[in-house]
Amino acid sequence: MSRVVITMPKQARPGEIIEIKTLAAHAMETGFRRTERGELLPRDIIRRFVCSYNGVEVFRAELHPAIAANPLIAFNTVATESGTLSFQWIGDNGFAVTETAPIRVE
Amino acid sequence: MSARSGCLVLAAAAGAVLQFTHAAEIAPAERRSGYEYMGRDTRLMQDDDATNPGMLWVLDGETLWKRKAGAAERSCQDCHGEAPASMRGVAARYPAFDAARGALVNLEQRINACRSERQKAEPFKYESRELLALTVYVGLQSRGLPIAPTIDEKTRPFLDAGDKFFHLRQGQINLSCAQCHDDNAGHRLAGTPIPQGHPTGYPLYRLEWQSVGSLQRRLRNCLFGMRAQSYEFGAPQLVELELYLMWRARDMKIETPAVRP
Repeated sequence: MSRVVITMPKQARPGEIIEIKTLAAHAMETGFRRTERGELLPRDIIRRFVCSYNGVEVFRAELHPAIAANPLIAFNTVATESGTLSFQWIGDNGFAVTETAPIRVE
Repeated sequence: MSARSGCLVLAAAAGAVLQFTHAAEIAPAERRSGYEYMGRDTRLMQDDDATNPGMLWVLDGETLWKRKAGAAERSCQDCHGEAPASMRGVAARYPAFDAARGALVNLEQRINACRSERQKAEPFKYESRELLALTVYVGLQSRGLPIAPTIDEKTRPFLDAGDKFFHLRQGQINLSCAQCHDDNAGHRLAGTPIPQGHPTGYPLYRLEWQSVGSLQRRLRNCLFGMRAQSYEFGAPQLVELELYLMWRARDMKIETPAVRP
């Protein structure tokens, strides 16, 4: 089960700064831990997060092994026009989740 | 100052730091949820559903609630309807007496009983993502409601057993739950505040675990720290202790899914 939670306003005025909060369910296994038998647990993390606003990239984050499980990423952008924001999480072992959210600007 | 009075002063000072005598229970007005011992950041994380990682488990739980399972091809919803209505206040009443089994069951065991008897499906493993998700989802429906386990002639013996367990000195360091959580709550153990130990927000997201975990996981952690005999998940001793803790926290508000450091 891959799960994400996106929280942002559904509606905004033109030029308004909006806050977007995202949570993604992911173990973020660092690749430095070992099992009880001494075997290294392979790294399994989200590598990149991208947010696009009507196809234009407005926010990007590179993630690293020291970031906690179920990473919370919060950022701001300027509401310019009505349309769709798309969110993409890409990681190890083919992890890829895409989610979209509509916004009305008037 | 004579040597003798010096000794008395020292003894008094030691007594003020660690009280090993059996102090009275915490008065109802003095009770504090673990929430109040947390830093501002962690409190904000719990308060906002947009940042509370426990909500990821809530979403999984909602999916499982509606999914048909087992040989009976039945979902939780097929019997119970919409969870916000039918499960309101349920988590606040558990652990409860199960007449069919003649035993005390906690919420996880109740869910698994439904699963094997009504859905004819394999019960979930303790601490599995599925069982935690369903328990959190059911727990969320009681958020803000007062904890109110039923204490009657059926549950009284289990409550007494849990009470006894809470005050029993055990393990290699000969410590009881009460010595930390009644007598020394609010003091610090190493750098960490000792909370009063009220199970208001379980299952909860612990930053240390990087995951949601059950009350029994927390209890087993404590027993491990006390270097005492641990019990398997679902053991009667742990369920009785759960009942005692819920009774001890009666009328406090449910916070599920809580966040703790």
